[in-house]
Amino acid sequence: MTMTKLKPWLPLIGIAVFAILLLVVAPAVLSMHWINNLGKYACWAIAAVGIGLAWGRGGMLVLGQGVFFGLGAYAMAMHLTLESAGPDSLPVFMILYDPSGGLPAFWEPFRSDAFTIFAIIALPVIVASVLGFALFKRRIKGAYFAILSQALAVALAVLISSTIRETGGDTGLSDFTYFFGFVLNDDANKIMIYMIAAALLIVCLLVVWQLNRSRFGELLIATRDAEERVRFLGYDPANIKLVAYVVAAVMASIAGAMFVPIVGIITPAEIGASASILMIAGVALGGRASLFGPALGAMAIGWGQSSLGSSWPSGWIYILGLVFILVTLFLPMGLSSLLEKAKNLIWRPRAKPADSAPPAESAAVLDEVKK
Amino acid sequence: MDALIPPLLNGTALGALLLLAALGLTLTFGQMGVINMAHGEFIMAGAFIAYLTQLVVTSVNMSILLALPLAFLGAGLLGLLLEVGIIQWMYRRPLDTLLVTVGVSLILQQVALQIFPAQGVPVESPDWLDGQINVFGYGWPLRQAFTILLATLCLIALAAWLKYTSFGRRIRATVQNRDLAETSGIRTRTIDRLTFFVGSGLAGVAGVAASLIGGTNSQMGTQYIIPAFLVVVAGGIGQIKGTVIAALAFGIALSYFADWTTGSMAQVLAFVMLVIFLQFRPQGLFTVRTRGLT
Repeated sequence: MTMTKLKPWLPLIGIAVFAILLLVVAPAVLSMHWINNLGKYACWAIAAVGIGLAWGRGGMLVLGQGVFFGLGAYAMAMHLTLESAGPDSLPVFMILYDPSGGLPAFWEPFRSDAFTIFAIIALPVIVASVLGFALFKRRIKGAYFAILSQALAVALAVLISSTIRETGGDTGLSDFTYFFGFVLNDDANKIMIYMIAAALLIVCLLVVWQLNRSRFGELLIATRDAEERVRFLGYDPANIKLVAYVVAAVMASIAGAMFVPIVGIITPAEIGASASILMIAGVALGGRASLFGPALGAMAIGWGQSSLGSSWPSGWIYILGLVFILVTLFLPMGLSSLLEKAKNLIWRPRAKPADSAPPAESAAVLDEVKK
Repeated sequence: MDALIPPLLNGTALGALLLLAALGLTLTFGQMGVINMAHGEFIMAGAFIAYLTQLVVTSVNMSILLALPLAFLGAGLLGLLLEVGIIQWMYRRPLDTLLVTVGVSLILQQVALQIFPAQGVPVESPDWLDGQINVFGYGWPLRQAFTILLATLCLIALAAWLKYTSFGRRIRATVQNRDLAETSGIRTRTIDRLTFFVGSGLAGVAGVAASLIGGTNSQMGTQYIIPAFLVVVAGGIGQIKGTVIAALAFGIALSYFADWTTGSMAQVLAFVMLVIFLQFRPQGLFTVRTRGLT
């Protein structure tokens, strides 16, 4: 088997290796503390995989993915809060704040397991479709889109932090005891929840891999690089972008939903402007247009955030700031473009002329520079 | 009358503050296409300069007047540093200027956090701003009137500068046709730097006004940057008159919404209104018509 025949399947092999590392090796070697941390990083990675699709492949700088992360997280957190409170009883924070008032109407359906899972998927689809349809159809893009998407994240975070009785406000929702009938404070169940998050990450990678190699993936890249030409060819770029945006939104929502049982708390701070920017940082660092770049970058940033962020907070902010500046200045396509360059250096001298066409990734870099 | 007048006046003052924050952006974003997310931190720098001036010049009445030019200069120099150090390598990559300046804004926030106390610093307002004006029985704080006055002065100065001075003409020439401007002997690089200096300096002036109205702390820039950008988006790129109308409309709408519902609900409503507005005018209120494909 030569390298050329293997090449189309390399990403799939990569996903398989990644899956084995996350699902088999990690639970076997890591302590509970690190399993929990890895689960948290996996959640950010799920959101990042979606951002990679929307931003790296679709050219939409989604600065406000915190909205969708928040929708999923709060849907899950409301369900877990109600489940932990028991049937027909109020969540503790509501009793503390105002015991006489009833349960807000929008909480009621979240008692149901099925509705919660449905909402985790449906809420981001609805919000992203409405916003995406309104903006893309009117050809609002680039910086306008980025700023509007961040404004939405800020608005949601502000709304949640100001509605203390309804959503827990700034303190957020926490102190969950059950996860769909499983006791959360049990190592076996914690490992199970980690496995679900890791498996979902693998599924998201597979989905994006399949989308990228499909006709849709080609159209998405074409829309990113020359939207007008795509329009002249008879496609509607708005629809193509909308699909990528909605898929990214659903992934962010799933990430938020898994984040809640793993971390045990969700606050508006996790979904506002700075949280959304943190999600972008990982994708930029790893390489937005590559398959693994966003996931690995998000895990690296997640690790930095939770270890350095607490042990050396000021230094961590400086590092984060420098990541943005240095990556954008010198490595617009992230660390994965380094890998691509290295691969070209090693393989190109031996490759036959037919194989030496630059891979799609570096062509994208060229386009980026030309712009 | 009680339900109508106070939100109108507060909203106009809020609009004036937004206008001050957004005026600089019409230069850097509108004229130069740079999305400077650190603009909010330049506002913060202006506010801290007002505080520092107050430490040196103990007469509060004087210090605030002295702080205005100093803040303009300080924030302007920060902007110049940013342009020379980073932005000049990134023209024609607007989305990348956004990412780079996000990094800069994080660093500036952290620097401010390490120099100044985390809970913020008090900027005292001068005696001549402590009073109120009686408007139909509503005691309107003089500070708000001062913000409106300041915004009006900055607006007139900027418009006149762009329209009547040779620097202004050169800026407009560079924006409209860079190659032709260069061929005509205009030093476009110098013009870029000057534009960035003035745009950032205006953020400093906005910061002084903001320090009189809200708190002065390392996080204050984050609350102005998004509304300021939204104002520029709604007003139309590079159009000062659009920015003025959008800022006032935004401020007044926010104020009325906040009066009818809550402050946080008002932000959500304002966002929804903006998205609906963009359905009708996706390029903002006023646009420069071109036949180019974008």
